[in-house]
Amino acid sequence: MEVWVSILLSICAASTPLLLAATGELVVERSGVLNLGVEGMMIIGAVTAFSVAQASGSVYGGAGAAIFAGAAFSLLFAFLTLTLVANQVATGLALTILGLGLSGMIGESFVGLPGLKLDAVAIPGLSGLPVVGPFFNQDPLFYTSIVLVVAVAWFLFQTKAGLTLRAVGDSHDSAHALGINVIAVRYFAIMFGGACAGLAGAYLSLVVVPQWTEGMTAGRGWIALALVVFASWRPWRVLLGAYLFGAITIAQFHAQATDASEFSHLPQWLFAIIAWATSLPAQFLTSLPYLATIVVLVLIAGNRRLTMINTPASLGKSFVPDR
Amino acid sequence: MSDTAVKKSEGEGGLPLLETRSITKMFGGFKANDAVDFAIRAGEIHALLGENGAGKSTLVKMIFGSLQPSAGQIAWRGKPVEIRSPSEARALGIGMVFQHFSLFEALSVAENIALSFEDKLSRRTVAENARKLSQDYGLPLDPDAIVGDLSVGERQRVEIIRCLMQDPQLIILDEPTSVLTPQEADTLFETLIRLRDEGRAILYISHRLEEVQRLCSAATIMRRGVVVDACDPRKETAASLASKMVGADIDSVERTKALKFGGAALELKNLSAQSTSPFGISLKDISLTVLAGEVVGIAGIAGNGQAELFAALSGEEPQTHASSIVFFGEPVGRLSISSRRQRGVGFVPEERHGHAAVSALRLSQNLLLSRHASDSDQFLSAGVVASDALATTTARICEAMDVRKSGDDPVAASLSGGNLQKFIMGREIDRDPKILIVNQPTWGVDAGAAAAIRQALIDLAASGSAVVAISQDLDEIFEIADSIAVMADGRLSNARPASDMTRETIGLMMSGQFEAAA
Repeated sequence: MEVWVSILLSICAASTPLLLAATGELVVERSGVLNLGVEGMMIIGAVTAFSVAQASGSVYGGAGAAIFAGAAFSLLFAFLTLTLVANQVATGLALTILGLGLSGMIGESFVGLPGLKLDAVAIPGLSGLPVVGPFFNQDPLFYTSIVLVVAVAWFLFQTKAGLTLRAVGDSHDSAHALGINVIAVRYFAIMFGGACAGLAGAYLSLVVVPQWTEGMTAGRGWIALALVVFASWRPWRVLLGAYLFGAITIAQFHAQATDASEFSHLPQWLFAIIAWATSLPAQFLTSLPYLATIVVLVLIAGNRRLTMINTPASLGKSFVPDR
Repeated sequence: MSDTAVKKSEGEGGLPLLETRSITKMFGGFKANDAVDFAIRAGEIHALLGENGAGKSTLVKMIFGSLQPSAGQIAWRGKPVEIRSPSEARALGIGMVFQHFSLFEALSVAENIALSFEDKLSRRTVAENARKLSQDYGLPLDPDAIVGDLSVGERQRVEIIRCLMQDPQLIILDEPTSVLTPQEADTLFETLIRLRDEGRAILYISHRLEEVQRLCSAATIMRRGVVVDACDPRKETAASLASKMVGADIDSVERTKALKFGGAALELKNLSAQSTSPFGISLKDISLTVLAGEVVGIAGIAGNGQAELFAALSGEEPQTHASSIVFFGEPVGRLSISSRRQRGVGFVPEERHGHAAVSALRLSQNLLLSRHASDSDQFLSAGVVASDALATTTARICEAMDVRKSGDDPVAASLSGGNLQKFIMGREIDRDPKILIVNQPTWGVDAGAAAAIRQALIDLAASGSAVVAISQDLDEIFEIADSIAVMADGRLSNARPASDMTRETIGLMMSGQFEAAA
């Protein structure tokens, strides 16, 4: 029992940064902007969180600074793609490369230093429960990520502002004709996405591994991007997908370290599956999130109606208002 | 009830609901609207007539606040107002139903409607109000349906309901029937008449004359950015309205040229084609013979099948029967564009940007794109582009057609409309085509360039080539054509010598009455 609880808790830790970053990117893409710079914004968040926590001695100060840094970094992307109408794909890729390089430079003197860790906060009443208790005794960012998904789902589908944002993502020309300020809506969406990515980065350097390593995001930004497509731009499916992808990451660690014979006491069929899974190369498991995304893309593309309702129709297209 | 009656009496002879006073809109050096005076009263359906590019859309966009006038004034109920945005127009009481729908396909009907409200009405209230309005006006709609699933007629209903939710006093409809079936159009007319009887003003933009005569009690006619006439369409004939739109006040051109033609160059034999797009016009049993050395002008109001006829002739839409299109005795109906070009035929489509030329490419590259197959011996050697030959030919074309440009080989987008059109025309004429087919040769081109292009077409025919010019511009047709045929609703009249034709007969034929005019 203990083993399974600890495995599930480690899945939470692996999934939370994915969930934070993907929820932010979902809002950005719902407004019709494709920001491929998630990885770059995350690592800027990670290095900012670590260094500010070091300097100020406050982990919460570090997390706040990461949110701010992610938003500020995404503002660069917003300015280039919205105001100067640069190509979104190229600018997003450049943002990732810039973020990785810049964070390496900023963090050079922090390599190897022990960092501050964000402590768990117990939720009174729930953390004492048997079996599920440990899940209510986690770090505050875990709770934040769950609240964020609920809030974004509510915002997008229940509020006028959320409707406006979806309208801009569906057809920026129609939105403009209605008098909606397309550029302003997208600036806000991009900065929200940046803030979320920054917080996701903070989670890596304050919770998962409380230290700074160059390139410590290790491709999680790309998984978050794939996740948004996997979820077909729906917040609840992002939650599901983030935990699925998180579980795959954890499974891959355990598969490498596990000897299948440990599970010989389990029923025959379950043992057979575990034995088969552990015999697979680790690279296969690592690539599963991307394979799953491709399968989802193919499934969506085959159904015109699904594509129409879920995919923001102006995704990645530049908007230039006429005179 | 009494409220309606009051509004109605206000309209009779009183102050106009909306007025534009010498309103002018400049785009760079081009006057899209030149000192336009226009007035509409409550309780009337007012037609705004004119060909494409006459300035109707520009005028309407200024009234609806999407464009700002360069000079002049708009008055609402007699008071000068500035309308800086569509939401300000809506606040005044002006609503608009767009020609190209401004709906969001991925959203539901209720969400689409809710978007145009500034105030925070709940989605439920909006859906309820929309349902009630749609029942009141006999326009059934399901507020929860996704717009992408709706037919074109249903989408227009959404637009109309969205517009009516604001209780507008002036409703602008931009070519509302261009996308509707006749039955859907009839339903729309009933709604419009009802709205008029409630004392609202309706500004109705269309170039379908029979609709205008049926619905409207006033009409303002625009041509080249200027108001040329205001009349009561019920007291006019379709032919007289058509000639006002295309410009009857300009004197006819005398044709004195001796006519000596060769054999048949281009023959169309019972060409029929089902339209591939739901809003297109099907071609119906078109027959035409064009002789070598002859210029045939095809007149007609836009959207009567000209685009489809050009696509059939150029090979963009290959035909099922090879023999329906014949070049010099050879059936070519099923051949591709390149195969037709290789037979010495040239084509100039209507749209300069994106169809006749790629805006972002240089002139020499545009030259290569259209002539790579027909003149591969000149411009390609073993598959490699012969840059020198391209540069020489580009220079020769620009010289011959007097194309004004910056630099030796600028991108197409940097040329003015007239200069690009001269280049495109020159690109075809440079090949000495045996047959040249042009759609709207001088559309949106300044007068100087238009004259040069027309001269080039006449010269080409004089050298023995057959020329087909599809044009909305009657002045142009009379200036260049030896014979004239008229298109109406996908049918083509017999071609008759230009000297036998008058503007009145052409006007009559444009409304589809080929026999009456004969």
